[in-house]
Order: sequence, then C-alpha cells, then structure tokens
Amino acid sequence: MTWVIHILNGVAYGMLLFLIAAGLSLIYGLMKILNLTHGTFYLVGGYIGLTVMQTTGSFILALIASVLAMALLGAIIERFFLRRFHLDELPQTLLTFGFLFIFADLSLWIWGGNPLMLDEPEILQRSVPMGYYAYPVYRLFLIAVGLAVAGGLWWFQEKTRLGTMLRAGVDDAEIARALGINVSLLFTLVFAVGAALAALAGVLAGPVLSLYPGADFEVLILAFVVVIVGGLGSLRGALAGALLVGILDDFGKAFFPEFALFTVFVPMAVILVLRPTGLFGRR
Amino acid sequence: MKARVWPFIGAVAVLALLIALPDILRPYYVGLATRMLIFALFAMSLDLLLGYAGLASLGHAAYFGVAAYTIALLVLRAGVDSGIAFPAALVAAAIIGALFAPLALRARGSYFLMITFALAQVVWSVAFGWRSLTNGDDGMPGVTRPYFGWSLDNTTSFYYFALAVIGIAALLLFAIVKSPFGRALRGIRESESRMQALGYNVWRHQYAAFVLSAFFAGIAGALYAYFNRFVGPEYLYVVQSAEALIMVILGGAGTLLGPAIGAALIVFLEDFVSSLTEHWVLVLGVIYVLVTLFAPRGLIGLYVDFRQRRALK
Repeated sequence: MTWVIHILNGVAYGMLLFLIAAGLSLIYGLMKILNLTHGTFYLVGGYIGLTVMQTTGSFILALIASVLAMALLGAIIERFFLRRFHLDELPQTLLTFGFLFIFADLSLWIWGGNPLMLDEPEILQRSVPMGYYAYPVYRLFLIAVGLAVAGGLWWFQEKTRLGTMLRAGVDDAEIARALGINVSLLFTLVFAVGAALAALAGVLAGPVLSLYPGADFEVLILAFVVVIVGGLGSLRGALAGALLVGILDDFGKAFFPEFALFTVFVPMAVILVLRPTGLFGRR
Repeated sequence: MKARVWPFIGAVAVLALLIALPDILRPYYVGLATRMLIFALFAMSLDLLLGYAGLASLGHAAYFGVAAYTIALLVLRAGVDSGIAFPAALVAAAIIGALFAPLALRARGSYFLMITFALAQVVWSVAFGWRSLTNGDDGMPGVTRPYFGWSLDNTTSFYYFALAVIGIAALLLFAIVKSPFGRALRGIRESESRMQALGYNVWRHQYAAFVLSAFFAGIAGALYAYFNRFVGPEYLYVVQSAEALIMVILGGAGTLLGPAIGAALIVFLEDFVSSLTEHWVLVLGVIYVLVTLFAPRGLIGLYVDFRQRRALK
C-alpha cells in the first residue's frame, strides 16, 4: 500500500509539473524561447491566489483572478518585450532573466520571506481510507485537474481550428504566416495561456507545497528537467516527462534522502545521452 | 597607425591601474576587485564557447565548481599541499569538460544549453548529496591558500597572485582567439557546413574549444576556492552558470573584453547596489531588462554601434 501512496503522491506532483512544463514546452515549440520567467508566473500566480483567497474566502475566485492576472502579464511581456527579439536567443535569455529577478524581488517585498500556505477548499478537506492510511482527497483532485487540463489541451490542439493553426505555427512559423495565419497573435495567445497554466499550478500547489521566495526558480528548474526528458515542444512529452519526474522525485525523497536530487538528474542525463532531443522531441 | 596605438595605450593604462589598485583602495575594495577579476576570467572562459564557438552553455559552473572542490577535497581530506592542488584542480576541470563534451556536442542550440545544464546539475547533486565527503550544503570551510615562498594570506598579496594568474590566463585566451584555431571556431559559428566543406574537422574544433573553456573556468574556480577559503555546492549550481551567461551577454558575446567588463560590472553592482538597498535584486533585474532593450548586443555592441555612427558622420 505504501507503494500505491508514493505513486499517487508522485503523480499528483507530476500533474503540477505538467501544468508548468506544458506552457514552457508550447512556448518553446512555437517561438523557440526558453522562458526563464515561467517559474515566476507560477509563484506570483500562487501569491495572487493566496491574497484573493484571504480576502474573499473563495478558492474558485482565487483561481480565476490569478489565472487572468498572469495571462495578462504573460501577454504584456510577450507583446511589448520579447517580440522585439524574435529568434534572438541571447537577448531573450537576458530579458527573461531580468523579469525573473524583478518579480522575485517584488513578491518578496509584497508577500514577505516566510513560506505561505493556501487553505484548500472546504469540500476537499477530507481523506479517503486506503489500506491502513487515509489519503487526502485534495491530491486526488490535483490528479483529476491535471488529467482534465491534459485532455483539454489535447482536444484544443487536435480538434479545433486554433489548435490546427498552432500546430502549423510550431511546424513552420513562416509558412503558416504565408498561409494567412495570424502567427503574431498566436504568439501572444500561447504565451498568455502558458502563463495562465503556470498560475493555475501555483494556486493549486499552494495548499500542498506552500509558496516561498525561490520557489519560482526551483519550479523552473524542475520544469526544465521535464521538458528535457519529454522533448521540447511536445505536449505528450511534457506529460510523460512530468509523471516520470514527479514519481522519481517522490521515490528519491522517500527512499534515498541523501541522493534525492540524484534520482531526478541522473535519469535525465541518461535519457539525454541516449536521446538528445528527449523522449518525444523532434530534431 | 593611430588605431593600433590607442588600444595599446589603453591596455598599459588599465594594467598600471590594476597594479596600483591596492595602494589606492581600502582592503575591502581590493577584495572586491579580486572577485571581479576572478569572474572576469570565468566569463571569458564561457565566451570562448558561447561567443567564438557559438555554443551557449548553461552548465559552466560545473568546471568552475569541480576545480574548487578538487582543491578543497585534496587539501582538507587528503592533506595535499594547497599549491600542488592547483594544477590538479585544472586537470580535473578539463577532464570533466572532456567527458561532458561528447555528450553535449551531440546537440545544438537550446538542446546544447539544456544538456550542459543537465550534466552540471548531476555534478551539483553529487556535491549536495554526498554529505560524508563534501558536507553537503554546509560546504567545506578551511581551504588554505598556497604558499610559494611568501604568504598569500593578506588581501593585497592574494590580489597580486590572482592578478598574475588571471593576467596569464587572459593572455592565453587572447592568443587562442587570435590563432588560426580561433578563426576556424568563428567560421564554424557562422556556418558549420561551410567549414566542413572547406575541410575543417568541425567536431574536433568544438571539442577542443569545450575542453579549453572548461580548463579556463577551472582556473577561475580554483582561485575562488582560495579567495573564499571555502567551497560550497552553490559554486556548482545553475545560478552560477546562469550568472556567467548573463555576464557574457551583458558585456557582449564574441569579444573577450566585453564579458570581462560584464562580469566586473555585475560583481560590482551586486556589491554596490546591495549596500544601498535591500531591493538590489529588483534593481539588477531592471538593469538587465534595460540593457536588453537598449543594447541587445551587450555593452561592447553599444560601443561598436556608437563608433560606427560617429565614423559615418
């Protein structure tokens, strides 16, 4: 039974990672930007959710407010800053690193240095019996949300007109533009959606992992690992990578505490050596 | 003629200033200057890979940190003389580079960046996790400075030691960059296929650049271990790698002077701004964004643009 619980924990954590990595991966796939501000959307999104939750008491409102705020921030960063440096890697790196610093310090200013916990919604504050243990329902809820988002993204990408345009843009942005697809709008849209997904992860993580300065960077690195393992630009890869990293991380912490990070980084290095483009990445 | 004289005069003036520095500044600032020099070398070593070979590494802290840890482990765990540990540290950094290079060079662009990042994180997780050997995140204090007939224990003498080592390393880097090998690297950066067609062994050039880059990063790391008399896993962490990358980009990739200036500037700003306000991270972030907007080619790029515009008038 312990094993089942560890796997469930790992999957729940993996789902949070998926929400972050999916945006990172989509943004890279379409715009070839390694967005170092992505962890910031997670942390600031989580903090905004926390504040809204404390003032209104509603978890749903917290989710909506934080998702909208980060989508707007993402759109602004893409539209007014990153766009000037399209396909120019070095300025993009410097710019997104700058924003990482700016928002890290601003949120330290506003929300302080102590870890803050969000309250989970009342309806989910219980647990289900599982063998000798009681398993918190909230984690099962995380898994459900992750699966729903994965399904939604898949449906969007494969079945909708906008999704078709997105795939065309990922394959070849220039040809897509020539075919009359508004690729510029697509860029802003994808960046906003990526930011919104990260914000969603931030609010959802609040009751489990707590929010603290530096979480932006930690999450960014793990999301990096996920897209490295799964392959840049692939949703399937982000999901597979997130589940793998989530489970490995949980098992590592539980069974080899001294080498907890080793259990994540070594498999990543091995996969990269065997497949430099990740499990589902294309050259 | 004029164009050749001014850089020479400039170099002599800078050297004179660097030598006179301990007489002008208080010891605290001599220490700060030492750190600026060390990171200038670190940034230049990365630029050999990023600016000349066109390979952006996000794992350069690995070689920096491995050299530092080699010194700490040899001195503190094996009782080896601190001076003898120095060449060993450089060899260790170069060996790690030689091992990582074949793996990283399988990819280009963002994938190269991520593989170097991944490999460096493995090294970091070893230093972080293997507590019985490395003390984990507590780090290893008590690293002694080498003794070559005179003591390096005061700030000024260590400054001169670092200046001499870094000066030699910088000259070597300039020589490498100006050599046919350096020119070939730039050619490869512009077009791998064309250089291949011209008969250059592209992979071997990139491999050599990778190992050399690791070696010079190792010099910086070894000096930093002496300077702080301490090593910790943060030497190996991605923040250190990212900072080196930012230093190169801020100064201007593809020149050696640019990254050195970028490094010195960032080390100075971190110290200076953090003494003025606790929100120095915010200030640095704003500076990064402004530099990107107004000098996307780095500070050296800004200067080159300025020169060109003046020449056109």
